[in-house]
Amino acid sequence: MRCVATSTLPPSIQARRTTIAMKLVMAVSGSLFVLFVIAHMYGNLKMFGGQAAYDDYAHHLRTLGEPIAPYSGVLWIIRVVLLGSVLAHIYSAFYLWSRAQGARTTKYRMKKAAAATISARFMRWGGVALLLFLIWHILQFTTRTINVNGSHDSPYDNYVAAFQPSVWWVFVIYALAMVALAMHIRHGVWSATQTLGWTGNVRARRRANTLAITLAAVVSIGFILPAVFVLFGVIK
Amino acid sequence: MKITLKVWRQSGPKDSGGLATYELDDITEDMSFLEVLDVLNEGLITSGEEPVAFDSDCREGICGMCGLMINGSAHGPEVTTTCQLHMRSFSDGETITVEPWRADAFPVLKDLVVDRSAFDRIIQAGGFISVNTGAAPDAHAVPVPKENADKAFASAACIGCGACVAACPNASGMLFMGAKVTHLGLLPQGQPERDARVVKMVNQHDHEGFGGCTNIGECAAACPKEIPMDVISQLNKDLRTAMQHGR
Ligand code: HEM
Ligand code: FES
Repeated sequence: MRCVATSTLPPSIQARRTTIAMKLVMAVSGSLFVLFVIAHMYGNLKMFGGQAAYDDYAHHLRTLGEPIAPYSGVLWIIRVVLLGSVLAHIYSAFYLWSRAQGARTTKYRMKKAAAATISARFMRWGGVALLLFLIWHILQFTTRTINVNGSHDSPYDNYVAAFQPSVWWVFVIYALAMVALAMHIRHGVWSATQTLGWTGNVRARRRANTLAITLAAVVSIGFILPAVFVLFGVIK
Repeated sequence: MKITLKVWRQSGPKDSGGLATYELDDITEDMSFLEVLDVLNEGLITSGEEPVAFDSDCREGICGMCGLMINGSAHGPEVTTTCQLHMRSFSDGETITVEPWRADAFPVLKDLVVDRSAFDRIIQAGGFISVNTGAAPDAHAVPVPKENADKAFASAACIGCGACVAACPNASGMLFMGAKVTHLGLLPQGQPERDARVVKMVNQHDHEGFGGCTNIGECAAACPKEIPMDVISQLNKDLRTAMQHGR
């Protein structure tokens, strides 16, 4: 143990090899997810426009950028960028998680939280829950490996089939995932603005928190709304 | 007042330690928390037992030596230092748990005393300005915008007590470091070393084994000098800027 304040500078001194740089990776990759979920949520609202609107939208995603880009080209670019972001986000999350565990190996017998929101406390396990959900979601709707209630050619029909009352548990999974997503966005967006150094005063911090809460509410409610309407037979 | 103290006792850095229970019944409301520990120690010495080791120096809230985890809160239930905490903040008959700061970068030396020299090493890594000493320059020789002066001054209020680390679920020292980086970075004298300072300090911080920040805010809530999270934003911004400058 070092009991004197002798300077022991680490061998390598680089800005990009710090925990703050790791947080920047997390903030940038997380922000890309946020942009993605906003766009995805908006697309899903086309369920309210009927079968043609929704299926056209799904088809349009594949012809986006044509003829400059090939069929599905832009979609694949988005997928690759998102996959890269997911990997970077998970890597930095687990790196910081394990560092935090090593930073306090003897726990307090008594510890009170004075400022932590529930969302902040749920970031790590909530993130793991979102990852599991993401895998389930892709297997169900993208690769169609898991086929819950019949498989159709029309994306609209697949959506409607998935949220029928007979398979109510699918709705429950999605509803819980949206709670986890709302919580992750609520702390994540605030945390990202802080990590990026944009919240240097009280007003900016308040605005960042308002933005985080608003985005969390809009995205999670926007996502679950069409599913609720299918469940209750309004969209069929 | 009658109180029950549950105090962390640990004979040395290698001892595993544990909580010991003591009853005290001659406590008055206007005693400071450290005076209560003094009373406890007088009793222990009289009965031939080892007194509880704890840190203190100024006992007026400015040196930062006296940090204790009291009933799960850094410096106890009030926004102040342990030496400025008084027994009127507790109720008669209360059981009070007292633990040392917990962070692997702050190893326990004995009982409630931890070694905070990791903070000194962070300061040595870059928390200073290099100037020729001599006669103090005239205060108005270098103009400083009022807003910057105020903010630098508020950040300089950090006494390095370590409550931010103690309260942080990640045992991160970012509020401490943010206060130093903001204090020096907002003043003209701090500019020449601004990029180098933040990079060195953050590297040293990580090297000491503190955790990374996740912007939860427990630090600012525990800070006896009420230093806000703004300074962490400034720290992050300065590190990003240094990175953009190729550091
Ligand atoms: C793949 C599974 C995921 C895991 C394991 C995960 C884990 C984490 C963790 C541990 C943090 C840091 C928590 C903190 O700062 O307190 C974080 C931050 C963040 N997450 Fe996720 N997350 C995941 C998915 C997502 C998704 C789907 C989104 C999009 C809504 C997202 C957006 C964010 C944002 C914006 C941040 C803030 C970055 C920062 O702290 O600067 N994450 N994530
Ligand atoms: S003893 Fe100096 S701040 Fe408490």
